[in-house]
Amino acid sequence: MKTFTYERPTTVAAAAQALAAKPDSKFIAGGTNLLDLMKLEVETPAHLIDVNKLPLDAVEDTPDGGLRIGALVRNSDLAADPRVRKSYGVLGRALLAGASGQLRNKATTAGNLLQRTRCYYFYDVTQPCNKREPGSGCSAIGGFNRVLAVLGTSDHCITTHPSDMAVAMQVLDAKVETTAADGATRTIPLAEFYRLPEATPQLETNLKTGEIITAVTLPPPPPGVQIYRKVRDRASYAFALVSVAAIVDTADGQVRSARLAFGGLAPKPWRSASAEAALTNQKAGAPAFAGAGEALVQGAKGSGHNDFKIPLVQRTLSAVLTQATLNA
Amino acid sequence: MSADHECCGVTRRRVLEGGAALAVLGSVRPGLAAEAMPQAPPISPTDPGISTMDVHLTVNGTAQSLSLDTRTTLLDALREHLGFTGTKKGCDHGQCGACTVLVEGRRINACLTLAAMHDGDHITTIEGLATGEQLHPMQAAFVHHDGYQCGYCTPGQIMSAVGMLDEAKRGFPSVVTADLKAHPELDDHEVRERMSGNICRCSAYPNIVAAIQDAKGAA
Repeated sequence: MKTFTYERPTTVAAAAQALAAKPDSKFIAGGTNLLDLMKLEVETPAHLIDVNKLPLDAVEDTPDGGLRIGALVRNSDLAADPRVRKSYGVLGRALLAGASGQLRNKATTAGNLLQRTRCYYFYDVTQPCNKREPGSGCSAIGGFNRVLAVLGTSDHCITTHPSDMAVAMQVLDAKVETTAADGATRTIPLAEFYRLPEATPQLETNLKTGEIITAVTLPPPPPGVQIYRKVRDRASYAFALVSVAAIVDTADGQVRSARLAFGGLAPKPWRSASAEAALTNQKAGAPAFAGAGEALVQGAKGSGHNDFKIPLVQRTLSAVLTQATLNA
Repeated sequence: MSADHECCGVTRRRVLEGGAALAVLGSVRPGLAAEAMPQAPPISPTDPGISTMDVHLTVNGTAQSLSLDTRTTLLDALREHLGFTGTKKGCDHGQCGACTVLVEGRRINACLTLAAMHDGDHITTIEGLATGEQLHPMQAAFVHHDGYQCGYCTPGQIMSAVGMLDEAKRGFPSVVTADLKAHPELDDHEVRERMSGNICRCSAYPNIVAAIQDAKGAA
């Protein structure tokens, strides 16, 4: 690990100013991803700003009937929150499907959103990687790419975003609240928070330098059955090959509305408006579910080892929709 | 609680007499480990590249003050600077769970957190579980059910199990909990899911699950 200096501010303003003052610094919260990467020298910050003492660890009701989740709320505490368990089951299940009990006790809401890809070549500093070292090339294209993306990729990068939580937040239309070094606050819909790699895979979000995430807000729970289904290589404690977050509202055998987001497929949590449209006002059943799957994978491109993800996600989606409409 | 400790007929003394001592106790006693193993070499004050800071921890009830390279993980602070070698370094990347300790009562991977991030915190390691001669019920249950083979993962398994039972007691759900709104019932399926952050290369899992189920009421 490279050496670094360390500070522990106690206000959001001080933290944002500290980051703006030292461009080669990083926030550390749970640290479960950042320290892993620092040990491998994939990340080499010269300065760490420990944000654990900031007052951002509450889950609060919002006036409109939603939830405001502080940036430092631990994944295990959020999953155990009675309001999440009662009204946001898709989020609770996604959180609990991620990592291990020990890691969920440390990992934070904002840190989970900002975790880096688990692409083997991003982790291997001896290999070219455009995300780690812009312009060096992508080893995954033409390399070993079984776990990597089939949607939203570019010729420069085919990483997947590893989060389960963010997939559920995407299907719930979550918003990210931030504070900048000058004190300005803004709210970014999660749908506009992440960037696709295109020619600049090193830029993963639309956060500005010195901007700190303070909370994630959820609108009131939408109507319908909520499901999170994760398919992985072992039964627990593994990243998704594909995952599906679904909120499906049905009446009299018809789908009234469907919200669908996917993990393991793309460099960001992938919401599919076309798959949702293919289901809306359709009779719940295998033909409509197959149509949604086909709409989802329009334009999907495998890189060889990961070609299997394209049929796998369609089958997983069909299974999820069957379960969601069982009593329709 | 003392009655529970004797549930499996195993005391600290009997464990020490047997080969299981290192596995369930972490080490014979913390001081011995420190004596037997030289501590990390002192940091040269002339090295301009190294940043140090003072860190205060309470480990197993005893206050400890350290001056550490900022890069020192909680795991290395415990093992290399304080001699608590019961907490094991397995993968050092949060994948195996051998380094599990309790911080303010919650189980975490000591390898993926900096000692500096725990200034002022209370840490419990495997060496701090027993009460005098009496094993913690989870330690006794691991001995009784033979919940290990080589023993390397055992301190992490035991600390994780203690933390896991506390989470379950507080009603934390898991991904296999059928009804997220209900208080979870810890059947074997639940125990396996909740313990998935602890890997056992010897694959002693059936006996680990049995030990946890046995200790569930007592821990």
